[in-house]
Amino acid sequence: MLSFLQPEFLIQRDKDRCNSCGLCVKQCSFEVHQHDKVKGTVLSDETKCICCHRCVTMCPTRALSVRKNTLAFRRNSNWTVKAVREIYKQAETGGILLSGMGNPEDYPIYWDRIVINASQVTNPPIDPLREPMELKTFLGRKPERVDIDANGNLQVKLPPQLELEAPILFSAMSFGSISFNACKALAMAAAQLGIYYNAGEGGLHKDLYNYSRNTIAQVASGRFGINIEYLNACSAVEIKMGQGAKPGIGGHLPGEKVNEEISKTRMIPVGSDALSPAPHHDIYSIEDLKQLIYLLRETTGYAKPIAVKVAAVNNISSIASGIVRAGADIIVIDGFRGGTGAAPTRIRDNVGIPIEMAVASVDTRLKNEGIRSQVSIIASGSMRNSADIIKAIALGADAVYIATGALIALGCHVCQKCYTGKCSWGIATQNPDLVKRLNPDIGSKRLINLITAWINEIKEFLGGMGINSIDSLRGNRDMLRGIGLNQKELDILGIKTAGE
Amino acid sequence: MQIEGEVRIPSGCAISGIMNKKGKAVPGEYIIRSISLMHERSNGLGGGFAAYGIYPEYRDYYALHLFFDSIASKKDTEHFINRHFDVSDAGKIPTRKVPSIKNAPLIWRYFVKPKAARLDQSELDEEEYVVQCVMSVNKKIKGAYVFSSGKNMGTFKGVGYPEDIGDFYRLDEYRGYIWTAHGRFPTNTPGWWGGAHPFSLLDCSIVHNGELSSYQTNRRYLEELGYSCTLQTDTEVITYLLDLLLRKHRLPLDIACSIIAPPFFKDIERMGSNESALYKTLRIIYGKGLMNGPFSIIAAWNNGIMALNDRIKLRSLVAATKDDMLFIASEEAAIRTVCPQPEHIWAPRGSEPVIGRLETGETGFGTVDVKEDKAC
Repeated sequence: MLSFLQPEFLIQRDKDRCNSCGLCVKQCSFEVHQHDKVKGTVLSDETKCICCHRCVTMCPTRALSVRKNTLAFRRNSNWTVKAVREIYKQAETGGILLSGMGNPEDYPIYWDRIVINASQVTNPPIDPLREPMELKTFLGRKPERVDIDANGNLQVKLPPQLELEAPILFSAMSFGSISFNACKALAMAAAQLGIYYNAGEGGLHKDLYNYSRNTIAQVASGRFGINIEYLNACSAVEIKMGQGAKPGIGGHLPGEKVNEEISKTRMIPVGSDALSPAPHHDIYSIEDLKQLIYLLRETTGYAKPIAVKVAAVNNISSIASGIVRAGADIIVIDGFRGGTGAAPTRIRDNVGIPIEMAVASVDTRLKNEGIRSQVSIIASGSMRNSADIIKAIALGADAVYIATGALIALGCHVCQKCYTGKCSWGIATQNPDLVKRLNPDIGSKRLINLITAWINEIKEFLGGMGINSIDSLRGNRDMLRGIGLNQKELDILGIKTAGE
Repeated sequence: MQIEGEVRIPSGCAISGIMNKKGKAVPGEYIIRSISLMHERSNGLGGGFAAYGIYPEYRDYYALHLFFDSIASKKDTEHFINRHFDVSDAGKIPTRKVPSIKNAPLIWRYFVKPKAARLDQSELDEEEYVVQCVMSVNKKIKGAYVFSSGKNMGTFKGVGYPEDIGDFYRLDEYRGYIWTAHGRFPTNTPGWWGGAHPFSLLDCSIVHNGELSSYQTNRRYLEELGYSCTLQTDTEVITYLLDLLLRKHRLPLDIACSIIAPPFFKDIERMGSNESALYKTLRIIYGKGLMNGPFSIIAAWNNGIMALNDRIKLRSLVAATKDDMLFIASEEAAIRTVCPQPEHIWAPRGSEPVIGRLETGETGFGTVDVKEDKAC
């Protein structure tokens, strides 16, 4: 069948600079570049290019660049180039469109319409280089009060808490969706930073048990890799009910990716598909969730906080309230920009709500019900920088999960082809030749640099606001103002407009 | 224009406190002299006093002090009070004309006890019953505002310089064993008497200098626990926080202070294991009760006084003692004007509370020996 799809990108090869060394041929996992044996030059098949910049970055003579193919279509505001191309693709394959990473569409990004306060005159800003600035964060269920006896001794048993040096965690990415080296880089960075990373739904590779003190175990609908040793090794257990990139949809790790190592970790045969059902088949309602929470508590001897992760959807505030009442210690809310290794494009781009709205409405709802302070809230689904984190916490989050940001630090170029398994940067792949491109030591260093930089920026923000503990930012919506938002949006975010 | 409660108004201030630990009564002129020395720290838009031991003849009655905008709101309120309380005595709070004090509302006081049957029906303890009635009046009756509700104590406040407010309320005629005072420098002009300080609930009164950068965090925490913050002031939030920690959670005063201005984690790590576990647990459970940003506060109750600075001492606060007297003020000169030669005088460190406890159960009797015109 003749394909109507023209290449999205064009490779520009500077003939004066290219010495036909062929490194690009070796580097491109999508097989764009090929030797022309007759002419002794290198040619490019641009239909395969996904714009990952691997060849551009590695080319020793800087001979390569990638440009957008500006091939004209007749202007049409309705039938956009994207809409037309997607129809060609489906007409040629008959398949559901697949994508990697989070929703890239042109919805409002509320983070960018919120600005942050600073102290002037009536209240002095604090210099974080001269004064202590505390980011220490505890996640877990909090009793309402303490009792202290006549001798000054504590009479309260504190439920298990996760102690973090900063309100940032690496979000769930399974071994399978990402490579062992990527998992290891995350684990090493989390351990050194005094924070946590989430192992995702595929179990924990035996070589990563060294870092299990900084690991959160995930129990998803497929129950892959779950055993008592794993649950007890980790510091917390997260039940994954949903994911912001694909609310209401399960997961699918194709059999080709299930090699020896993944087979052992996931506890499934080599080469078999790992299918996570859309629902947990033992949870069809909130009372069933409560049973799973208590099953996991019994399994882990009541020694670990239990988190429940849900996608931000229409009724998120009542769902969150139900989760608190079902006994969860931590609620994770994943907004519609949240990333994924693979999701149906239509679902990713159309289902779910923004994390900004979700976290604000959940915080308010739980506060109004008098149960907010009992639980911790982790906001996730596209925290792009330290300012997003400040805004998320001021809207009511206790901490944030980051994933795409962490992968970008490791070399991800957001080409959105994670589902192909050909990631040329060694992140979302199981191909041993590609995996070894990512050095876990260098990777963890890059992650530590990123988080350290963000921590320093967060301290500067806090100092400017006249705050020296992150505790005093939680739900402190006075510190935010909206720009260009309508009254309803401002009301849901619980913030005033700039100038008010 | 929006009045306090509809809009949040940051302000700077002067504060002062005097206590006799033996419960002997001190005339009101000393506290007026102390606060008026810091005239430059106020701008004439708010001043007030709290006095303890001033109503010994009504020591078992809650003294409700009220502002009314109109006769109608007074009528509505009195109807409410008569339904919920037995009133022993009532009347206008005596004032004298002072040229600089204008637009005073109607100012009345009522000495009351909860009606036994109603209290019984409510299934609340007596203090909670009174608190709920006070909140009910302030929230529901337009133009009425209860600004003092403790036993054997009272707050007196208004729009003006504190020395003029003291003159207006004839405080030179009262004697008390604890006095606190406040001069306000708000950054805009609300002109509402209810917005002045001290802020009080039952016998707890607070004067405060500072601006909480954690205001909204603290407020949402309190609202979650059932408090309604109608004034949008820091002082209101501090009062409710202390009420929560001391009255509802029954925590010792020093523990409450270490929740409001907790030690840093770096210091907690250096403590012994029991102490470290205690303070870490307090920070985990009461993180949203931490008051951030600059503040110096003086809180008073029937049985004592407490002064506290924020964690990194961003507001001035000086304390001094002589014999049975404890003095606390924003500036040392405000102490020396009433006690020229204190035995000890010091600037408390950030988050280090100054606590003065009443050493006798009997309060409000006896008189301090007045040597010349100084308190001691």
